[in-house]
Amino acid sequence: MHFSFLAARKTPWEIIGENFTLLAFALLAFGGVLVLLFLIAGRANVRAQEWLKYLVFLVPALLLLLVGLIYPTIRTIILSFMDAKSENFVGFDNYVWAFTIPEILIVLRNTAIWVFLVPFASTSIGLAIAYMTDRMKRPTVIKSLIFMPMAISFVGAGVIWRFVYYFEPNENRPDLGLLSTIVKSFGGTPNNWMLEAPWNTFFLIVVMVWIQTGFAMVVLSAAMKNVPDEIVEAAMLDGASPLNRFFRVTMPMIRATLVVVLTTIIIATLKVFDIVRTMTGGNFQTNVIANEMYSQAFRQMNYGTGSALAIILFVAIIPVIIYNVRQLRLERTER
Amino acid sequence: MATVQTLRAKKRAKDIFSSPFASAAAWIIAVVWTVPTFGLLVSSIRPDTDINASGWWNFFVQPNISFENYQKVLFEGTTTNPPLFQFFFNSLAVTIPAVIFPITLAVFAAYALAWFDFKGRDFLFFGIFALQVVPLQLTLIPLLQLFAKGLVIGDTTIIPDLGITGTYIPIWIAHTIFALPLAVFLLHNFISQIPKELIEAARVDGAGPFTLFTKIILPLSVPAIASFLIFQFLWVWNDLLVGLTFGAGSKEVAPMTVRIAEMVGTRGSGWEVLTAGAFVSMIVPLIVFFALQRYFVRGLLAGSVKG
Repeated sequence: MHFSFLAARKTPWEIIGENFTLLAFALLAFGGVLVLLFLIAGRANVRAQEWLKYLVFLVPALLLLLVGLIYPTIRTIILSFMDAKSENFVGFDNYVWAFTIPEILIVLRNTAIWVFLVPFASTSIGLAIAYMTDRMKRPTVIKSLIFMPMAISFVGAGVIWRFVYYFEPNENRPDLGLLSTIVKSFGGTPNNWMLEAPWNTFFLIVVMVWIQTGFAMVVLSAAMKNVPDEIVEAAMLDGASPLNRFFRVTMPMIRATLVVVLTTIIIATLKVFDIVRTMTGGNFQTNVIANEMYSQAFRQMNYGTGSALAIILFVAIIPVIIYNVRQLRLERTER
Repeated sequence: MATVQTLRAKKRAKDIFSSPFASAAAWIIAVVWTVPTFGLLVSSIRPDTDINASGWWNFFVQPNISFENYQKVLFEGTTTNPPLFQFFFNSLAVTIPAVIFPITLAVFAAYALAWFDFKGRDFLFFGIFALQVVPLQLTLIPLLQLFAKGLVIGDTTIIPDLGITGTYIPIWIAHTIFALPLAVFLLHNFISQIPKELIEAARVDGAGPFTLFTKIILPLSVPAIASFLIFQFLWVWNDLLVGLTFGAGSKEVAPMTVRIAEMVGTRGSGWEVLTAGAFVSMIVPLIVFFALQRYFVRGLLAGSVKG
């Protein structure tokens, strides 16, 4: 930072060169330390190895988790009760702020809409595709195509869908956006999709559903493969209709997996940040907690409100986890 | 038997979910799912005059191909707005250690938790499992302060200011920390399944905990490591939040996602550069994904379909 006047003179290749020197150094140092540790520890006597093994194998990970996850969590809880610069305690002010300011209430409402719609939509669509392709001879191509968005970054997905939603305000110019063109071809009038609340939130949700459906499909499809053929065939012989079979046989058999898929997507959705940031920047009443937390902490430089929002996010996740663990335990005892 | 078989065949033929109708529906969904990405790809190879004059589907009427957009976004730039190829290398420099470090530490910890006998082992394992749910956002402010100022409680300095802000080191460490809980959990599931007889036999032959690790545990966990490697690679390469916050706004370390997000925000860059840029950022994960999809799915399932 201090050397920005020097940095300005560097060419990209020089920067890349320096960066890769650091990279090589870091990798060599990491590998070197490991080799050294194993050489020393391997030669140590049996008794020394008994405690050395904990030091080498367990302590590094535990230390990182302690400093990197547990300490920050406690610290954020404390910060959420302090003012913007973390100097004075302000009690519950930051939480009162979060639940009274209309702007933040919209943020909370939007997050609730996301958390309700995304898991429901992606799991339903994923489930439907998994069931439709379950007995297909060659489902690989279909599955790969639907699964592909999982490999794309949320930022990349944001650009892809901005292009789909692009709106041309000038009537004399051709439409570049796919959605506007489709709406026009059906005789409708396109809107500026990203501006009109509350519909813009739903357009953003489509992007997340687009990404998560592949995940739901792959996991549920694997669970369906585990449903024994005999049970399905017995239901067939009993004359159960396909829909009946789906709801009475397949669904109960994969219930545990359904819960895991739903909760995984709920947690991912609660933390969604990149999509909103790339597509609307959180403007036009589309903001969600994770993005507002970033804005409060790193734009407004208010660590108090930023931390309070992070804690609200965390508290929202806790019931999901409790439910998930209980469900898992239930499944285990049933068996 | 014959009657049962014909009955089965009949039922199956009637089954709307395995009928051509279902296949057609699945195909339609697959096509709908692909069109947005396909549109971006098509746009990126059209000349900029075409992109701004008509929708990408017109490419099939006027197929003009040009790689100028890629040339422009990858290699044209200023010192304040470096060309995208610099960010491509930044992404590589972020990703390689951010994949290697957590996997190494996680294999170590998973081995310890699976095969060392000590008090509180289960408690530690469940504790680490529970840490998976801590949202990244919760740790951002304290961790950033830690990297910038060190850790001082009262007058005692526990961790000094290391002066590493603005380098890759905070990004690497942050990614390592955030990956550990899931990595330990997945690898523990795998490593604890290694047959006990194998471990006992090696112990009888005089192998200590370190020899055991290098001779038995490590070679046998290669499939699980490979699965998690792909998982972690895609996660780090596609991440925005960690790169944005722990990169401290430095363009010299920012990964591609940060640059693309910035390009979206500035009004100056037109579709021609943005589509090409976005595709450059997607190409590596897409190759990894299509080449190693089977392993990726395996890793995903190990994490989701439990017991």
